[in-house]
Amino acid sequence: MGKNALTFKGGIHPPHHKHYTETKAIEIAPIPDEVVIPLSQHIGAPCDPVVKVGEEVKVGQRIGESKGFVSAPVHASVSGIVKKIERRPSPGGARVLSIIIQSDKKQTIHESVKPHGKLDDLGPDKIKEIIQQSGITGMGGAGFPTHVKLSPPEDKKINLLIINGAECEPFLTSDHRAMLEMPDKIIEGTKAVMKVLGVEKAVIGIENNKLDAIRTIKVMLKEEDSISVAELKTKYPQGGEKSLIYAVTKREVPSGGLPMDVGVVVQNIGTVVAIANAIQKGMPLVERVVTVTGSGIKEPKNVLAKIGTPFKNLVDFCGGYTEDVAKVINGGPMMGIAQYTDNVPVIKGTSGILILNHKDADREETSNCIRCAKCVDHCPCGLQPLMISKNSLMGRFDEADYYHAMDCIECGTCSFVCPSRRPLVDSIRMAKKEIVSKKKKS
Amino acid sequence: MNNRLVATSSPHIVSKETTTTVMLDVIIALVPAAIAGMYYFGISSALVMALAVGSAVGTEAAIQKITKQKVTINDLSAVITGLLLGMNLPPSVPWWMPIIGSFVAISIGKQVFGGIGNNFINPALAGRAFLVASWPVEMTFWVNPGAAPDTVAAATPLGLINTSPESLQPLSDLILGRIPGCIGETSALLLLVGGGYLIYRKVITWRIPVAYIGTVAVIALVYGGFDFTYAGYHVFGGGLMLGAIFMATDYSSSPVTARGKIIYGIGAGLLTMLIRLFSTLPEGVTYSILFMNVAAPLIEKYTAPRVFGTGGVKK
Repeated sequence: MGKNALTFKGGIHPPHHKHYTETKAIEIAPIPDEVVIPLSQHIGAPCDPVVKVGEEVKVGQRIGESKGFVSAPVHASVSGIVKKIERRPSPGGARVLSIIIQSDKKQTIHESVKPHGKLDDLGPDKIKEIIQQSGITGMGGAGFPTHVKLSPPEDKKINLLIINGAECEPFLTSDHRAMLEMPDKIIEGTKAVMKVLGVEKAVIGIENNKLDAIRTIKVMLKEEDSISVAELKTKYPQGGEKSLIYAVTKREVPSGGLPMDVGVVVQNIGTVVAIANAIQKGMPLVERVVTVTGSGIKEPKNVLAKIGTPFKNLVDFCGGYTEDVAKVINGGPMMGIAQYTDNVPVIKGTSGILILNHKDADREETSNCIRCAKCVDHCPCGLQPLMISKNSLMGRFDEADYYHAMDCIECGTCSFVCPSRRPLVDSIRMAKKEIVSKKKKS
Repeated sequence: MNNRLVATSSPHIVSKETTTTVMLDVIIALVPAAIAGMYYFGISSALVMALAVGSAVGTEAAIQKITKQKVTINDLSAVITGLLLGMNLPPSVPWWMPIIGSFVAISIGKQVFGGIGNNFINPALAGRAFLVASWPVEMTFWVNPGAAPDTVAAATPLGLINTSPESLQPLSDLILGRIPGCIGETSALLLLVGGGYLIYRKVITWRIPVAYIGTVAVIALVYGGFDFTYAGYHVFGGGLMLGAIFMATDYSSSPVTARGKIIYGIGAGLLTMLIRLFSTLPEGVTYSILFMNVAAPLIEKYTAPRVFGTGGVKK
């Protein structure tokens, strides 16, 4: 093993830091007294609340209705009383209209939650409807509504489904543990998605720092010819959609295009688990596996948490902060979003809560770019980050566009390798925003 | 939680490498060849290098103080400029020459353009070119290894190869460094060891040195009628190793693109051999690199890497 592992060009080898939690079985987090469920946890239109303050709700009950096609409904993750509907800080950074439910700790299941029967008896449209009704979104971080991804236009022929088990972000182990502890659900969810897309082949891509997961899934797949496991080299950003598709198929998603342009759909491990739950139990997406980890937490753990559980509760469940806590991050260290408060809830895209101490969070001052070309050599997109950044910082956004700023996937590789600690991704992000708003105007 | 949370944008972890560690690696890689220079040319050459380093660091600090900038001598880049200049001087130069050379290198070669990362030519070579133009006699006075400075003028291998090839030193002396020449350029072997270290530490890539040295070797082979000994003198004699491994790879003044580095290296090799074979100068490394420095932005512009997803769709 190892030599034949698949991969892409560029990328980096950050320290894994997975030792904190990779061997720890998923623990069920206690039901919080209060959950905060944002009405926008996905890319697309926010939901409208369909419950009122004071109303009683049950687990799995729809409390936010999606307004458009590119949207996903939200459901109550606990039973209890709707206490407030107001704007609350969300891990995305903004204050989002959220439904706050006071839990009665009984976890009464809503009447609408009923098993949908066997997968063999369900048609593709029915499965897609279940996915849409269950509010399932991409659970790797970005949170794109899954049913939209599963509805490619007529002219895009899909012939391969890739399940993203790369989990290339350092520290995070939620997908790893899911692969070890619920491989049956992963395979069931994969089959469901295959049926929706009408594809004959699926590949589960797993980085080879998780050999136990590769083995576990392979054993489960002994009787399956249509699903296979691809061993991927451990390299960041192996789990980026474009890198993953290239590693598995050698197809390049065209600049400005989508995976469907090369006949591929990618789904995250957490997402297919949620799909399996939705079909088997009829339970919408109301809980997920979250890795609570890092140098700033006393007892790092993998937990199964209700959507809407405040970060603070999970921190307490994991022994609390260490003395020198400095940073709380929604997601992994490479692409996660640092929080200014721990009073934000776990949302559908929260794969991890990373807590760093001062030693890990503090940065040296930025100094001049020395043109060492490391950002160029490592960029998985073939960009010259130093040029985009230089132009962006000078306000020359047309030049930044010329250097293909829009092709940046914001993986953070350039900022990671930069010996001068330049704000590379930051300034490229800024350029992308300016370029998009300019194109909208014209 | 009493302390406030840090909310900066991703990524939240960075590599251990900093500008200072990169520069320190370059210094480490230069040390063996510098020690060889002291061994062959005596303690006075240590003084030349020390004065060059001192002047470079002093000039950088003074200019940054005067212009009210942050003093960045701790990044060690001025040490490298001084050390490289010192290693590029004949052992017998008067004591004030490294001081003036480093002053010019840092002030005109580096700081006027905005300091580290912004110089468009290699500062040490700018300093050296200034000295060669101003004091050509002192800058081309060579001594034999082991001889006291200021004694008998000796000839470098590249000086002899066109004029009196019968008195050439054996090739093994070139590789070890037992030949007249600049303080730090004579030991090809130790310079290669330093280059290997830099590639191993990923401070530089193989592209510029291999393209540069390879081009010189190929042209020398063809020109010399596939006489490997003749080509050996061009490769191991003179300043090629020091230039190709340590000077042409200067980050600021060489292209950042992979293909650009190859073209840049080949260009420097072509120019070096053009100068060596068809001009009155026996060397040519300094001017070739300076010339390619100026061409680097242009090369970079036309060698941009292929952006992922722009190679046509494969289905």
